[in-house]
Amino acid sequence: MIGRGTLFTRAGLPLLLALMSLPLSATERNASLYQMHEKLLNQDGKAIDLDVYRGRKVLVTLFYGSCPATCPLIIDTLRAIEKKVDDAQRQDLRVLLVSLDPERDTPAALRQLADSRRIDTTRWTLAHADAAAVRLIAAALGVQYRKLPDGQFSHSTIISALDADGTIVVQSAELGHADPVILQAISAK
Amino acid sequence: MIRACTLLALALLPFSAPGARAGGLDVPIAGGKFESVLPPSPEVKVAVIPAFRMDTALVSNADFAAFVRKHAEWRRDSVAGLFADKGYLRHWASPTDPGKEVAAQPVTQVSWFAASAYCEARGARLPRWYEWELAAAASATAPDARDDPEWRQQILEWYSRSARGALPAAGASPANYFGVRDLHGVVWEWVEDAGSMLVSGDSREQGDPNRNRFCGSGAIDVEQKENYAMLMRIAMLSSMKASYSSNSMGFRCANDAGAQR
Repeated sequence: MIGRGTLFTRAGLPLLLALMSLPLSATERNASLYQMHEKLLNQDGKAIDLDVYRGRKVLVTLFYGSCPATCPLIIDTLRAIEKKVDDAQRQDLRVLLVSLDPERDTPAALRQLADSRRIDTTRWTLAHADAAAVRLIAAALGVQYRKLPDGQFSHSTIISALDADGTIVVQSAELGHADPVILQAISAK
Repeated sequence: MIRACTLLALALLPFSAPGARAGGLDVPIAGGKFESVLPPSPEVKVAVIPAFRMDTALVSNADFAAFVRKHAEWRRDSVAGLFADKGYLRHWASPTDPGKEVAAQPVTQVSWFAASAYCEARGARLPRWYEWELAAAASATAPDARDDPEWRQQILEWYSRSARGALPAAGASPANYFGVRDLHGVVWEWVEDAGSMLVSGDSREQGDPNRNRFCGSGAIDVEQKENYAMLMRIAMLSSMKASYSSNSMGFRCANDAGAQR
């Protein structure tokens, strides 16, 4: 009995713990979006990955350029967030807007939108993705969307704040003002 | 006549496609105009569905195990949390072996991401909701039996049955008009556009569902409110995130009719 106990505590338990930790550390439940390998094109037609801003805090959302009401509001909301954070945090923050509309939101159309809305594309990216990539990215972000017969999209508007590794820290569905939970995520260390 | 051809095709199936998965994408379905419980928009009530093919049987645990052995990133002990929750393939005997008892049963405890990846590896995709609903509208003798009270009653009985007890083997239920099996009374099924239902709990969250949360014309209204079986499926699908798994959610694959097989 003692012998078994000794063996167990001296060798067995650490071994057991090591074995138990294997599947845990192997999975790590890694939730980073940067495990996706979907290819995007930015507003200048350059091929980019979803992790184009790896290492920075990023706000990511889905939108489409021809959206009459809510999508301009998405850009306004992102700007409202940027206004509320201090200069250093703003300099470090990046914004990734992925279009739901691969047909109309070509890189050229996105460039036009960026110019007309005076978007600083050194820190913001408007991205084109093909329909399959949009489906996967939307699924990962928990965004529901549906193409309507008139070419418009019905979609939930969710802004996700990512950490430097691409894991979603917090999400907000609030439009028109800077949601405090997003501001908190940006100012957190 | 169409049915006779379908049956003939099914009879030839094991011989006509050597090496192909039984219950695979063998039966072409014509598609056409279809009145769904989920109309394309409030103004457009009829969906137009291009011809497609659909697995005649659900994907089994054995089928999925073969995929996981080839694609280690989809093993339950290596899959990323982004793509699958902790319940993913939890019921299997080991990360690569479902165990004899469940091998022939439809695979469950799979996320939408995993189901999508499985179909992609077969050069296919998940069925779209309209395709699934169209195929599932058929009884054994009619392509669209939704107005047949007897058929409706039968479906409701399936759905009201207790979910306890072992699942039947994939492909074990009788073939419908199109030659497709397992559409009712077995498991819920992932569809490619599971994230397009827009009738989820979150649209009911704060009063007016159209306020703020949706761009475009807002949440889609459902039709045919008496069609409980379909509405239950939509409710189930819209309550599941793409990484979620459930012991009552399985899937099959589909493809465009003209796609290479």
